[in-house]
Amino acid sequence: MTDKTTDAGLRRLWVNAGLPALGALLALALWWLVTIVFSIDPFWLPAPPDVVDAFQRLSGHLAEQTGVTLIETIVGFAIGAIGGAAVAVLFAASRTIERMTMPLIAAVNAVPKAALAPLLIVWIGLNTQAKIVMVVLLCFFPVLVSTMAGLTSVPNDLRELAHSLSSSWWQTFLKVRLTWALPQVFVGLKVASSLAIIGAVIGELTNPDRGLGSVVVSSSQSADTPLAFAALTLLAIMGAGLFYLVAALERILVPWARAISS
Amino acid sequence: MIKIAGLSRTFQGKSGTVEALRGIDLDVGNGEFLAVIGRSGCGKSTLLRIIAGLIRPSQGEVLVGGEPVGRPRRDVAMVFQRPALLPWRSVRNNVLLPVEIFRWQRSQHREHAERLLEMTGLSGFADRLPHELSGGMQQRVSLCRALIQRPKVLLMDEPFSALDALTREELAVELQRIHMELGTTVVFVTHSIQEAVLLADRVAVLSARPGRLRRLVGIDIPRPRSFGHNAHLEDVAAASAELHQLLLSDHMPEPSAAP
Ligand SMILES: Nc1ncnc2c1ncn2[C@@H]1O[C@H](COP(=O)(O)OP(=O)(O)OP(=O)(O)O)[C@@H](O)[C@H]1O
Ligand SMILES: [Mg+2]
Repeated sequence: MTDKTTDAGLRRLWVNAGLPALGALLALALWWLVTIVFSIDPFWLPAPPDVVDAFQRLSGHLAEQTGVTLIETIVGFAIGAIGGAAVAVLFAASRTIERMTMPLIAAVNAVPKAALAPLLIVWIGLNTQAKIVMVVLLCFFPVLVSTMAGLTSVPNDLRELAHSLSSSWWQTFLKVRLTWALPQVFVGLKVASSLAIIGAVIGELTNPDRGLGSVVVSSSQSADTPLAFAALTLLAIMGAGLFYLVAALERILVPWARAISS
Repeated sequence: MIKIAGLSRTFQGKSGTVEALRGIDLDVGNGEFLAVIGRSGCGKSTLLRIIAGLIRPSQGEVLVGGEPVGRPRRDVAMVFQRPALLPWRSVRNNVLLPVEIFRWQRSQHREHAERLLEMTGLSGFADRLPHELSGGMQQRVSLCRALIQRPKVLLMDEPFSALDALTREELAVELQRIHMELGTTVVFVTHSIQEAVLLADRVAVLSARPGRLRRLVGIDIPRPRSFGHNAHLEDVAAASAELHQLLLSDHMPEPSAAP
């Protein structure tokens, strides 16, 4: 019995952690092999050891810039997500407000955000706030839309139940709709978590004073491709980390969602 | 307990008006178990929803306990075809949902909830989530949730129709026991003649659209009744045959039934 459970535990560990690690290692090996077989100049495509070397050369600098980008990303993500969810709740409460503002928000969202980056600098300045606002702009809409979808997706039988209990709007909202919406909210949060990093980097490319985006800009100016790769690697890890953090939160907060969707 | 007088209901749909119910007159006694059968679309759910105060009649009136029904009341509880449980709440907390919504003292009803769970054989599952339960058990939870209101009237809309045959029979027998124990007035919509004969004091047979009251059939078989072999097989067969006949001959015009 215990043998079986540890067996199953090992299997799950292998599937959840072992397989992804194996895949990553194979990809690394392939990359390395390509650089060796075609003897590619590190200026075009650095081999893994070149990138590791860049990490070692500038570990302090990279750590500092990672911190800068991470803070922009997380602060912007939090503001965008809370704002998106809050506006969705407001829309759920008042159809009038929704009708008045939703088309406007959709139109603003349709503007390519990267094109707004220079304007943000004009309006807000050459500072961190402008970059955070860019992150907020990218995160807000997906969370808004997914939360609205969640709040309006309550099945008919639950609506009728609430009605038959003479439940007030607030009671229905708090006890049924809000929790029912959570799985959908998390869909939006996952999308937003990837967009958050993109937003931070757009901000940093437009105003390359600090952050991993600025590292990429300066490394290309000094033809230090391994350093650019090191920065990109850190961005990728950060993005994946944020995504899986949100996914883990989802597992803890809505463990029932998987059960009812299958 | 329930008095229905001259009840009609029409719906304004996109494809014109639908007359769902016409001229229903019906009294349900205190503690009576009334089954309602009829073809699909004849207005059984509509009738139940009007008694529940979920929708209003176009004409006529419904009184529950002498008062006209205008909106849902706390002493009238509903059980739907699907369990309609909140998937994130434990069985116990699902049962206590009406208590919370009515802003009653939770502590005063906990014990009642435990008793209901015990009565339906769910004591061991109080802390489980709904998806960990079988369909039959989920429907038992939704029955407990209705009973926690201590309703004078229990309205059930095909509560067992989504379950497999054996579970249906099991639950029907259980419902009979609960009804005998609590003496609640029950209006029970079903497609199953078997269920109607097992459970009902009287069976209201509705005609096809527009739904009119075609016949009230009394089932005078002593309780507890059971499926399978028992001392009253002949009475059961006779009642079933009569209901069958009424339902099958339904498409024929019935001059006497016109108002
Ligand atoms: N909200 C509504 N709007 C328009 N038409 C409706 C509405 N509700 C019910 N109807 C119509 O009224 C008629 C009776 O519906 P009802 O659901 O009461 O039938 P039923 O006897 O419960 O059927 P079933 O046995 O299939 O559950 C149907 O023709 C249906 O299309
Ligand atoms: Mg129905």
